[in-house]
Amino acid sequence: MNSSVIEVRDFRKIYGDVVAVDGISFNVKQGEIFGLLGPNGAGKTTILECLEGLRNPSDGSVRVAGIDPTKDPHKLRNVIGVQLQSAGLPKNITPDEGMKLFSAYHGITPRFDLLDRLGLREKRKAQFYSLSTGQQRRLALALAVAHDPKVLFLDEPTAGLDVATRVELHDMVRELRANGTTIILATHDMAEAEEMSDRVAILLNHKLASVGTPMEITATGAGLTKISVHTKNACLSDPTLTYPAVKQRVYKDEYDIFFSTNIGSTVSAIINQIETLEDTLIDLRVERPSLEDRFLEITSTRIDSNGGLK
Amino acid sequence: MTAFINHFSFEFRTGIRNMQLLLMNYLFPIGFYLMMGFVMAGINPLFLDTMTPAMVIFAVLAATLLGIPDPLVNAREDGIFRSYKINGIPSTSILIIPALTTMLHLVIVSVIITATAPLLFDAPAPVNWLNYILIFIALAFAMSGISLLIGVIAPNSRVTVLYSQIFFIPSILLAGMMFPYSMLPDVAGKIAQLLPATQAMNAFNGLAMGGVADFAPWGSVIALFASGFIAFGLAIYLFSWDSRNTARRGHPLLALLFLLPFVIGIFVG
Repeated sequence: MNSSVIEVRDFRKIYGDVVAVDGISFNVKQGEIFGLLGPNGAGKTTILECLEGLRNPSDGSVRVAGIDPTKDPHKLRNVIGVQLQSAGLPKNITPDEGMKLFSAYHGITPRFDLLDRLGLREKRKAQFYSLSTGQQRRLALALAVAHDPKVLFLDEPTAGLDVATRVELHDMVRELRANGTTIILATHDMAEAEEMSDRVAILLNHKLASVGTPMEITATGAGLTKISVHTKNACLSDPTLTYPAVKQRVYKDEYDIFFSTNIGSTVSAIINQIETLEDTLIDLRVERPSLEDRFLEITSTRIDSNGGLK
Repeated sequence: MTAFINHFSFEFRTGIRNMQLLLMNYLFPIGFYLMMGFVMAGINPLFLDTMTPAMVIFAVLAATLLGIPDPLVNAREDGIFRSYKINGIPSTSILIIPALTTMLHLVIVSVIITATAPLLFDAPAPVNWLNYILIFIALAFAMSGISLLIGVIAPNSRVTVLYSQIFFIPSILLAGMMFPYSMLPDVAGKIAQLLPATQAMNAFNGLAMGGVADFAPWGSVIALFASGFIAFGLAIYLFSWDSRNTARRGHPLLALLFLLPFVIGIFVG
């Protein structure tokens, strides 16, 4: 269950004089959801395209389910499924026709049940251009998983989707993972990456800046916990009052916000202060740094003045 | 084989379902044929002698030059070919299936024109049906190949229109469809021989309609088939899945090699 399904070693991709990916290595285990994060132009798409066999690496090696996409692209087709960012379907094709066409080329029986399951039952005869964005995404996902791929690539799978469709897609992705499918999730949505991924890799300026579980990555940051407090008489707003372990404080929208290195001592001191000043606590929230906070921290601190990684 | 049939069936339906393709495959050629029959036959009764092959040639030009390249370019630009590649759809299917479905639409339109022209306009029917069908196949084959080639080398839709019109408009004017080829000045006549429509019109006149060919009619048939083979081969060779960051196997100017049989024909006479 823990064997590596994707192995990337010293991978480098150059387009002319432009280095798109500069010597990165990582492994993805079977049944894992692996998030690929990074700002625009960091190299996510290039990595995905080389893993999908659409491009060849300039240097290093890439293996997907034991297959070298460069040397054996035909074998690769039946072990990967790809939901592209743009749906990549003719505007006049219907979900039924798409399912028949792709299934025929994969040599499998069409999985019309997937269309029904993904809420496309009423739209099976509708032309692609007439489907909503959410329906187009769901169709792309149905086609990507119809042949039961070992590895599924999702490129911005929920961009532009409403909340209900997004939840539905997330449920399906989790189900696929539970059945042993390895999933590579490229996304700009940090909340989605944090919620869905077992591990994430953050790409910055064509290099791997960080890789680990969302928890590990957030834990390696400055470690400041955000404590937001709202009291009836705003008794905490006096700037002369100090609190243990607080590195920074701000007042915003009737909330005193403290950034603390020690939650226990700071919260305890705040509660004592409220009682001492005979104020009333209305709301208190403690939030650990999110993956997005950590991502912003990494992207803002690790780029040098020349745009390179520190 | 199931995959091929599925793909063919989808592409054929698209040719009717897609408004642009419906226009190029059926409405434009049939509308033009009816207009020419009612208007041109009144102005120039001699036009009736060559009306049937001329309108079939027009239908082939419209369906291929105006119908094949643009969807290919759009599919490449919209990432549809990338999706096809990922799902194991071969490039030969991507190219050959639209050409075959266009030919099938053309058979339907050509049957309509050929069957109704004698009834509606008193236009003469072919005297040699076998040759008529053979020349139609040669022209449809050559024009499908050339149109695929345009779709493969054109970088975007605007250039596609330009490349297509380079063949379409001169074909209408110089191929002998509107007025006899023999009326062209010598230089214009030589230039016209570079056009598949001229070769087809010449072959129809000499081999199928009982008229007189202006130059070797069987040479025209051979040149059409040869040009078609070269064009299909070049289209497959020059095909690229993706316009971004993908090196093409050969220079787009190689596409001009499809003219070679016609150039040889001019020199051989």
